Amino acid sequence: MSVNHFWTAFAFEPFMNALLIGLSMASIWLIAALGLAIVYGTMGVINMAHGEFVMLGAYTTYLLQSVFGLPFLLCVPCAFLIVAAIGAIIEKLLIRHLYKRPLDTLLATWGLSLVLVQGVRLLVGPEPKNVTSPAFLNASMQFWVFELSWFRVFIFGVTIAAFVVTWWLLQKTRVGLMVRAVTQNKEIAAAHGIDAGRVYTLTFAYGAGLAGLAGAMFGAIKNVFPDMGAGYIVEAFLVVVVGGVGSLAGSLVSALGLGEIYSVFAYFTNGTFAKFWLFLLVVIFLRFRPQGLFSEALARR
Amino acid sequence: MKGSRRSFLKSSAALGTVAGASAIGGFPQLLIKDANAQGKPWVTKGGTIKVGVLFSLTGSLAVVETDSNQVVQFAIDKINKAGGIMGMKVEPVIIDAKSDIKVYSEKISQLILKDRVIATFGGYTSASRRAMAPIVMSRDHLLYYPTCYEGRECTQNIVNTGPLANQHSQDLIPFMVKNFGKKVYFVGSNYIWPKESNKNAKVWLERAGGELLGEEYVELGGSDFTSIFNKIRQTKPDFIFSTVVGDSDIALHKQFKQEGFKVDKMPIAALTTGEIEIRAMGAEFGAGHFLSAPYFEALDTPTNKKFVDEYLSSKYGKGGVTHYNMEETYLSVYAFKAAFEKAAAKAGSVEAVTPRMLRDVTPGIRLEDDISPEGLVWFDETCHLYMKPKIGQCGGDGQFKIVQAAKDHIAPDPFVIYPERGVCKFDGLHTKDGKVLKSVL
Repeated sequence: MSVNHFWTAFAFEPFMNALLIGLSMASIWLIAALGLAIVYGTMGVINMAHGEFVMLGAYTTYLLQSVFGLPFLLCVPCAFLIVAAIGAIIEKLLIRHLYKRPLDTLLATWGLSLVLVQGVRLLVGPEPKNVTSPAFLNASMQFWVFELSWFRVFIFGVTIAAFVVTWWLLQKTRVGLMVRAVTQNKEIAAAHGIDAGRVYTLTFAYGAGLAGLAGAMFGAIKNVFPDMGAGYIVEAFLVVVVGGVGSLAGSLVSALGLGEIYSVFAYFTNGTFAKFWLFLLVVIFLRFRPQGLFSEALARR
Repeated sequence: MKGSRRSFLKSSAALGTVAGASAIGGFPQLLIKDANAQGKPWVTKGGTIKVGVLFSLTGSLAVVETDSNQVVQFAIDKINKAGGIMGMKVEPVIIDAKSDIKVYSEKISQLILKDRVIATFGGYTSASRRAMAPIVMSRDHLLYYPTCYEGRECTQNIVNTGPLANQHSQDLIPFMVKNFGKKVYFVGSNYIWPKESNKNAKVWLERAGGELLGEEYVELGGSDFTSIFNKIRQTKPDFIFSTVVGDSDIALHKQFKQEGFKVDKMPIAALTTGEIEIRAMGAEFGAGHFLSAPYFEALDTPTNKKFVDEYLSSKYGKGGVTHYNMEETYLSVYAFKAAFEKAAAKAGSVEAVTPRMLRDVTPGIRLEDDISPEGLVWFDETCHLYMKPKIGQCGGDGQFKIVQAAKDHIAPDPFVIYPERGVCKFDGLHTKDGKVLKSVL
């Protein structure tokens, strides 16, 4: 009975699977980070309550499912819409009044996160809730040397779709053009007749909606409880900071890189040690490239 | 207004001094004398018996500790309705520990010094016990710690009503080896209880002729098991032994199924996955897996049926389930009642009863079949329980079917895997060189 506790030797099949797990990790971290990246990039607001929007997405799914009996796959887009609506309301009531004091948004959104966590705990209860998902997602498939759960494929697909849609919205639509204009220079954009306030509301709502979408899926693969947001926010910030603030492509590349690094280290050593390495590498990376992978010239706000 | 603020400042400054003093090692002696030398008895005849109830009602630990808090109140209500203890009502002083280690140690000082409770029920994690223990010990007070823990402690001020690490894995490992095969993979949460439990489990595994393929830990609150499952797929164990706790445990069982593992080929044998966790993950993910615990909601005894009915129909039973942690907490209140009666009879009056006296009369106390939902248990000289762990398999309805129950009561032994450190007895840890160490943490 002897085990080599620390190192796992290289073997082809599990290593290939580890690479695939890295991809799956990357998709989870990316969907959690996407809304954060957009809100920070466009508005310069560091949304500390982003994790709580993820939590609200999970609870929306839970309530739609247990109270209204909605099927899971329908709950996912509904979670996007409902959390986006909540985001819009919060922007109008709170964030709007702090644009002139960007540092205060940090405190305000942190306070908001506490309010949301305790509010949900009071209204819905502290015990973990159960979100059920269709049976075909709770199975796995085999493909060559790969063994992959359908649920992970589903999350991967939704993340890619959300990323493509976001990119398309920003680059190819009139609203996206307005968002980019406001990002570059709010005053000049406003002078050209763009309603900057409305653009900010839309952006914040969209970012919140993406978090809600992520929460709807995380609730089914992991679990639903009031503090769950805290479990995603660290990785989400890591992805955004390493990727470069305000860069969608940067977030994509950094999520991929971080996910693979974590998964490969977790394969050769263990998960706890892999997290340690991941954080250490990020610290070293940021020492030499504090602006992140893809840094665009930051505009004056 | 001004005056009141000043007096507030003064009193808070005074509080600060007390808190500061208690933080310094030797100093509390003064305060202890103060607290006891008032000559004030802890309980006066005709008054109430004050007990502290210190669980987290908010924060991440609230999930489990809210239940602990409610079941303590339920037991106290029940005792009071039946006439109290020796005609006196029990009065709980309920404090929210807010899932914060600092709050546990601050508030237990407050319970002892200000509220003058005679004993405190509190704690769930090892960290919270460790936060409260030094204060309880320095004031020679009493803590009822009502859940499973790792052992390796020998104190004279804590009464434990949950299973020790040596008790509930002792039968589970041989059972799994016999029914599923020799090869096992350990998965646990990354803190002291799972690690110590796994050390125990390794001893039983070696005796059962099993083989350990790997051992992995996930951080507390961590919820991604894919990397671990990748290694499990590679090493092909016959079963998984889990000491994953809380939210992570739910994720473990969900992802087990989502990753395509089959419960009849490689089940999870856990020390943690009870009725409350099963409800949170959905019975479809729990069905077929195993749990070793002294108590299950489905236990078919008249006492348990009555306990479940009464609890679920009471105002505390909104959660809809009972589980092992709750039952252990429930037992601790009855252990307190029995100890108080025994101590008062021994001392001759209720005024003479002290917290330490309650602890000293606890060894030998039996909670009989008609009180204890899990069946007869009794305290050994170290204030741990002799109990019968049972192995349950979760069914499709979220309830466990008991597949094996220990024939005899298993003795608690907090130092079973550390024989070199000595033997824990009534008065302390007896080391090999003949010393008796008090309050070993």
